[in-house]
Amino acid sequence: MPVSLVEGNSLLAIDIGSVTTRAAYFDVVEGQYRFIGMGSSPTTLAAPDSNVAVGMQAAIESLQFMIDKPLLDENGHLAIPSQPDGIGVDSLCATISAGEALKAVLIGLLPDVSLKSIEKIAQGAGIQIVESFNTNDSRNINEQLDAIFKSSPDLVLIAGGTDGGATYSIQKFLELVGLASYLLPESRRPALLFAGNKDLKKQVIASMKNLASGVAIAPNVRPVADVEDLAPAQRQLASLIVSLRQREMPELADLSALCGSPVLPVAYNQGRMIRFLSSYFDTGRGVLSVNLGAASLSFGMAFGDDLHLNVFNQYGLGTPLARLLAHTTLEDLARWFPLDLPPETLRDYIYQKSLYPAFIPSTPEELAIEQTLVRHLLQLAARDSVARLPAQYRSRTGLLPAMQPILASGAALTEAATLGQKLLMLLDGLQPAGITTLAMDQNNLLGMLGAIAEQNSLLPVQVINSGALAYLATVIAPVVNNVNYGTPIVRAKLIRNDGSESETEVKMGALQILQLESGQTARLQLRPLLRADVGLGPGKAGEIDVIGSSLGIVIDARGRPIRLPAEPERRRQLLSLWQNRMGG
Amino acid sequence: MASVPTFQILPVSTILRARLLPYPGRVLAQVGQKVSPSDVVADTSLSRKHILIDLAEKLQQPSQKVDAFVRVKRGQQVAKGDLLAESEGIFGREVLSPTAGRVAALGGGKLVLETGRATLEIRAGLAGVVSEVIEDRGVLIRASGAVVQGVWGNGKLDAGVLLSLIDQPEDILEASRLDVSLRGSVILAGHVADPAVLKNAAELPVRGLVLSSLSPALVTAARQAPYPILLLEGFGRRPMNGMAFKLLSTNLRRDVALNAESVDRKKGLIPELFVPLPFNQEPPPSPIFDKFAAGQTVRVISMIYPGKIGTLTRIPDDLAILPSGVRAKAAQVRLESGDEILVPLSNLEVLG
Repeated sequence: MPVSLVEGNSLLAIDIGSVTTRAAYFDVVEGQYRFIGMGSSPTTLAAPDSNVAVGMQAAIESLQFMIDKPLLDENGHLAIPSQPDGIGVDSLCATISAGEALKAVLIGLLPDVSLKSIEKIAQGAGIQIVESFNTNDSRNINEQLDAIFKSSPDLVLIAGGTDGGATYSIQKFLELVGLASYLLPESRRPALLFAGNKDLKKQVIASMKNLASGVAIAPNVRPVADVEDLAPAQRQLASLIVSLRQREMPELADLSALCGSPVLPVAYNQGRMIRFLSSYFDTGRGVLSVNLGAASLSFGMAFGDDLHLNVFNQYGLGTPLARLLAHTTLEDLARWFPLDLPPETLRDYIYQKSLYPAFIPSTPEELAIEQTLVRHLLQLAARDSVARLPAQYRSRTGLLPAMQPILASGAALTEAATLGQKLLMLLDGLQPAGITTLAMDQNNLLGMLGAIAEQNSLLPVQVINSGALAYLATVIAPVVNNVNYGTPIVRAKLIRNDGSESETEVKMGALQILQLESGQTARLQLRPLLRADVGLGPGKAGEIDVIGSSLGIVIDARGRPIRLPAEPERRRQLLSLWQNRMGG
Repeated sequence: MASVPTFQILPVSTILRARLLPYPGRVLAQVGQKVSPSDVVADTSLSRKHILIDLAEKLQQPSQKVDAFVRVKRGQQVAKGDLLAESEGIFGREVLSPTAGRVAALGGGKLVLETGRATLEIRAGLAGVVSEVIEDRGVLIRASGAVVQGVWGNGKLDAGVLLSLIDQPEDILEASRLDVSLRGSVILAGHVADPAVLKNAAELPVRGLVLSSLSPALVTAARQAPYPILLLEGFGRRPMNGMAFKLLSTNLRRDVALNAESVDRKKGLIPELFVPLPFNQEPPPSPIFDKFAAGQTVRVISMIYPGKIGTLTRIPDDLAILPSGVRAKAAQVRLESGDEILVPLSNLEVLG
């Protein structure tokens, strides 16, 4: 039996989200770690509570009720480690995404090299980039100083120079940041992360320790010109973010003291988990995790150890909606709306929803609008994320690269009324191509498991293996060019393990379901026509193992990208037809 | 226990409101002081323009020697042309201030001059008594009267006499109704969809608009309006809720304080209209609720239908299946019409 099973059996993970705080309990059942249950409560960062510990306590109380096990002692304190009478839990970890997006000034030497690297780190951490500088900056020193002053950043992220290389330009930028910090009121001085030429580390600490609200040094993100090493700086930034959060949430210090590992942002933990899963599943394709929350949308793609994580604060399904129309048009959004209501209804909804980020769609109309928004936010995030990928992962078509599996979380997705709604939102939003499996992280566990991995590497593996992710369906989405709707593009034959077979010819534009009961396995033979690519290469036939779900096996031959009819009535009919095909 | 979301439509209450600077400055009011809405209770200043002067270069001296030649001190105000530094000797040089400003930093052979320093004033925003001074930051003001909270504000505040241009909760305000008789007043009205309304109100000018709702197309114009705008219901065409309509209609022609600050849930900032009222005995403050319970008056939040007021009658133990098909923890609410509906707890606010 592994040491970790002997030393600490049960584990409580807390996720302090922008709207909801969750408490998840894990324990050993029959020698394997299992996810036992989840409690939740509204996050209490806002007044009148203004203390996230209140929401944590309420989430734990809710969890106690769910799992029928006391975790708090008679004084209401978390009993850790667990007591002989069974009260409490053996270890604790926590992750956080609550709080306003932090603002950062980025500094690099070359715009396409060190600045780009530090920008990726900021984008993966959900930081709002308010200003950036590089050696090509044409502003004079006074304008640069005023720009920092005006943007009033929480953080300054600096990279630049190869290890052992020139230091002059970075030193000039350090002087600029030091001066700006000096001139700012003490309470508004930014923290600083330096991830540049290692020869400057001592100088950075010496010159900035009294001027910045915190200084962190990470290994150079560009130790040599053609090598990019982001992971250590990402980790340092994650710690720095939480230490900044601690200023507005001093109660995090008490939480950290109880935790067996550092409290880190949920985006960081989620990224760690996606990277791990990519190696674990080892499908030869990327793993995609998408988490649509009220405050942001995180979109992470891992290709083995190579993680590309973007946290889009502008695509959250709550407060950020007030500015959504700065990033898209009402016409583009309305194209995915299946109801015959004026587009202004959508516009009014997004502004009103921005006032009530925790709102749950109560009527069919509200649900239709909410799910239209989900689709479009996923489309926007997928478009932006693919555009930021290195060339080796990008296709000429701009489609999502081959992903297996795709994991989705966020209440709007996981709590949709039907499995068909969940699947269709993901297919319409992400438009995956080829063969993929889609699953729901129903309890938003990935971020928590990433946090747990820091202190217990066994638990995430066993919990994932135990079916903590809810399988939605296997989807085959053929890609074919210049083929008219209604033209056959794939012949598919499903050979079930019980010997029964079904064969079908899939036409361009169709959304077809091959019935295969939940848990039942089968072989699926795919024979593309007209050089359609079913994920095996243009025109290539093949056979794959598939597992059934209540949605069966889905062949999405609607084309990539999906092109909707221009005529509104026809478009609405089609959207409704697709939803009905998925069981409503 | 976590508190539940509340909204305030209170005919009588005592409120405590913080009026704070975003960064340290001077507090100008004292505990016990009576303040009116326009009184400045705290101020501070911050410069956004800086000029870096390389004294060492201009004096042609090593930076470590420059201190001896500097003729100003940190914090000193200087006029354009004032002497900042001079080196001695037959080839001595002078550095004169290129503009008026304040010496913000000195050292390392350089000097930073701040120019265009802007003052930020925090006004009381309502008539009341200062109950606490928060050092360098501002004050807490205690006041008694009627309160109506809104859901959105354009970030401005003012005070004036409350006049009405609304006859029914679902009314739409037309620009033609804004005439000179409304100058200097705070106007209670319904929905606004016409930009001319905001323009005419600015031209009069009015002291503020309290609206049931606003077309999202006018959000930018509303933010730029020179007077406060408070939305009671939100965006899109939404009638004013009956409670607010009745309460405000009974307080017409009174002096009111309109604080249309932007919503900041972290800080507990909610835009509101306050009507100061005289009381022999101070009414109790509004309660904080730590849970939803039967008997509470609640507002039912809807995105595409008008918000409704009702009474919470029951919270079923199990998750409810809503008409949308979504499962959620919900409450049974009896509306003013007598109808009973099932509402997710996330979509409820308790009347505080």
